[in-house]
This record gives sequence, structure tokens and C-alpha cells, in this order.
Amino acid sequence: MRAFQTDLPIVLDDVSILMRDVAILDSVTLTLGAGAPTILIGPNGSGKTTLLRVAMGLLGPSKGWVTWGGRDESAPLRRAIVFQRPAMLRRSAIGNILYALAAAGVPRAARKARADELLQLVGLRDLAGRAARRMSGGEQQRLALARALAKDPEILFLDEPAASLDPAATKALEDIIRDVAARGIKVVMSTHDLGEARRLGGEIVLMHRGRVIEIAGARAFFDNPCTEAARRFVAGELLV
Amino acid sequence: MPTDASAIDLVLRADPALIAIVKLSLFVSLSAVFMAALVGIPLGALIALTRFPGRDAAIVILNALMGLPPVVVGLVVYLLLSRAGPLGSFGILFTPAAMIVAQAILVTPIIAALARQTIEDLWSEYRDELAALNVGPLRRVLTLIRDARFSLVTALLAGFGRAAAEVGAVIIVGGNIDGFTRTMTTAIALETSKGDLPLAIGLGMVLIALVVVVNALAWAVRRAGERYAG
Repeated sequence: MRAFQTDLPIVLDDVSILMRDVAILDSVTLTLGAGAPTILIGPNGSGKTTLLRVAMGLLGPSKGWVTWGGRDESAPLRRAIVFQRPAMLRRSAIGNILYALAAAGVPRAARKARADELLQLVGLRDLAGRAARRMSGGEQQRLALARALAKDPEILFLDEPAASLDPAATKALEDIIRDVAARGIKVVMSTHDLGEARRLGGEIVLMHRGRVIEIAGARAFFDNPCTEAARRFVAGELLV
Repeated sequence: MPTDASAIDLVLRADPALIAIVKLSLFVSLSAVFMAALVGIPLGALIALTRFPGRDAAIVILNALMGLPPVVVGLVVYLLLSRAGPLGSFGILFTPAAMIVAQAILVTPIIAALARQTIEDLWSEYRDELAALNVGPLRRVLTLIRDARFSLVTALLAGFGRAAAEVGAVIIVGGNIDGFTRTMTTAIALETSKGDLPLAIGLGMVLIALVVVVNALAWAVRRAGERYAG
């Protein structure tokens, strides 16, 4: 069995992503280390999703470097992501998790018990046999979270997980995210909801037009933002 | 075969000649669809999941081949299998085997083109998730085929419908030999020309019933798929 290598810290060094000469990410330098959740905030189109994809390893930078635990290549064995609109495999809820467990190399004999555990964690135990694509938006997000946790990740990326959820579903999801973070999993999450960032954040990264504008601890960011853009964003003004 | 029997009588009392023709038709068309699926589904998956120069042209050609004229396929297979042809040594011209080959050629583009579209659509939906789950290439293909299975069954049924209804290819390579290579469609053509309308109409009724059953099956498979897999 291969020795476990940590993917932390994830370091983005002067990373740019260009699409048809437009910079989606513009010279981003950022270190994602172990510890409290990192929340990427910023208006739509600021590059949060792209940054998550780069850090996950799904998208290679046009310029700059990314390293995971000091290595410049790393299969996402212990990195997991929940997309804003997760695709549900055409299987039952438990079938989705069993698939992820199989893909993660979990022995067949251990999969059922682990799948039950994960469904319990996200409060979907009673819906184990339901077709995943017929579940509500909130249930699908929680199932996607359970599926992402199947590989026992060291780092969990969440792309606006509560973007389309009602307050009750959002609270249920945030409770699970807190629980996940408390288990020592590094959570890196994007949101454009300041309240959510305030509730979950350990470290805040403000992005605008593909650039990182400010990085600070949550309290410092909300109480004493350093940059004019951060001050305006915290005050609820529109960054355009 | 009593010529004065009505078409409905023939069907209701399961006339042996009629049953033999229906059995052979089903055997030939089902075998052809099976062979076409073995080639068509992997071919569709390959085109759906790979990028290569000329891919767009390959898709256009594959789609165009869905409308292959059966008589042209029959003619080509006839030339290949005839005694002087490159595959003449097999000696299968005017046998059910030749009919299966001809129908398989006719049906393969239908299954491949529909499978390509189905798998490509599913791939665009699954791509990010499967990459994030670190799923390897072989498991990706198997996952896509498995999860697209209800749509793929519809593709197979579409292929079967095409095979069961065609007459041009099987009449050329099968020869319409009584009791050996006579299928429903070739029998209808022959009996109509001979003026034995009851048998022609009886076979026509069975053929239409088969088409309805095939479509009902396709519908049931889709509904079951939606219920169990979403």
C-alpha cells in the first residue's frame, strides 16, 4: 500500500487562467494550509469557481505553478469537491455513495457500512434507496457532500454549496460542513453570501475580477478590512 | 396454404407456415441486432469519448449511414458473398447467415450513432464528477454505458425495428427461399405479387403488432429507468 502523502499546503504561485485571452484568474498567489475553513468570497464572475478547480487539480494554469504538499503533480486521491450543481449518477442515493467508495478503492466488504455511515452523517439514511436524480436540491447537495466524503478526503472543496437552497436546507448543510471541519478536514468553500462567510469562515479570501484582493482572518476581515474593495464589499456595496 | 383462408384466420389458428416465417424473421433480426450492438455500442462510446482529427466528419458520416438504403446494402453484401466475391469461400449466400450479416450492417450505424449521442450527452454531465472521483478511463466507459443503459436499450429497439421492417437487403442476399430464407417482409412482397393476399395481410398484421410491441417495450424500459435510476 502506498504511503500517505499530504496534499497540504496547496500553493498557487502567480497562477493565471486565460480563456481566449481573457484572464479568468489573474496572477493569483495563495497558500491553503491545514486548519480552519478558508472561504472564498466575491461577486459572481470573480474567479472563485476557477480557483477551486485549479486547487482541486481539475484545471491546469495557463501561467504560474500549483503544488500540493510540495509536489507539482498529484492525483486527487484525498481531495474532493462538491460542485455548485453536482451531477447525480443515475443510481439510488446509496448507489451514488457505493460508486464513490469503489472508485476510492474501499474494499467491497466495507462499502455498505461506510455508505450507511455517510448517509447518516448527512441525514439521508431514510432516503437511501431513492433515485438520486429525483431528490430535492437540498438533498442532492447533501448527497454530493456524502459522496465527496467517501474518499476520506484531507481537503474538501465546496463551490457555493448553498447557492440555491432555502434557509432550512442551508442550515442543515452548514451544520454538516462544521462537523466535517471539526473532524480535521480542510474545507475550502466559495460563496457570495457574506452571512455564510461570517458563520463558517476561519480565513477569508476576497476575490474580484480574477484577482485576490484581500486575505485575512474572518474577524479581522469583517471588523477591519484593509482594502477599499473589502470595506465596500463588507458594507454591502456592489463590486462591479 | 389455403388461399381462401382469411388473414385473421391464419393468425388466430397460428398457421404453421406463417409461424415458421415469423420465427425466422425474429431469429434473423434479433441476431443482427445482437451483432450490431457488439460493434455499435463500443464504436459509439469510442467516438463520444475521444477527440481525433476528422471526428466531426466521422459523426456526420455515421449519422448519414443511419439512412443506408437496404437494397444497396443487400447488393454490396451480395457482391462480397457471391462465389466470385472476396468472401465467397464462406458459402453463406442465400442462407440466414447472409441475411444476418446484411441486417447487422444496416443496423450498426443506427445503434452506433444513437449510442454516440447518448453517451456523449451523459459524459458532458458526468465529466467533472468522474474526474473529481479519480475514476480511470475503463471504469468511466463502463459507468457511462451502464448509466445510459435504458437509453441504449431504446437504441437497440430502434435498430430492431429497422431490421424487422426492411425487405431490400434480405431479399437480395437471402433469395426468399420457401422454408429457408423467407421472412415476413419478403413473404409479403412475394405473396402480394402472387395474389395470395390473406397470407400477405396476415403477415402484415403480425409485423405491425411486432412494431407496436417493440415501441411499447421501449416506452416501458424508459419508464422503469426513470423510476429506478432517475
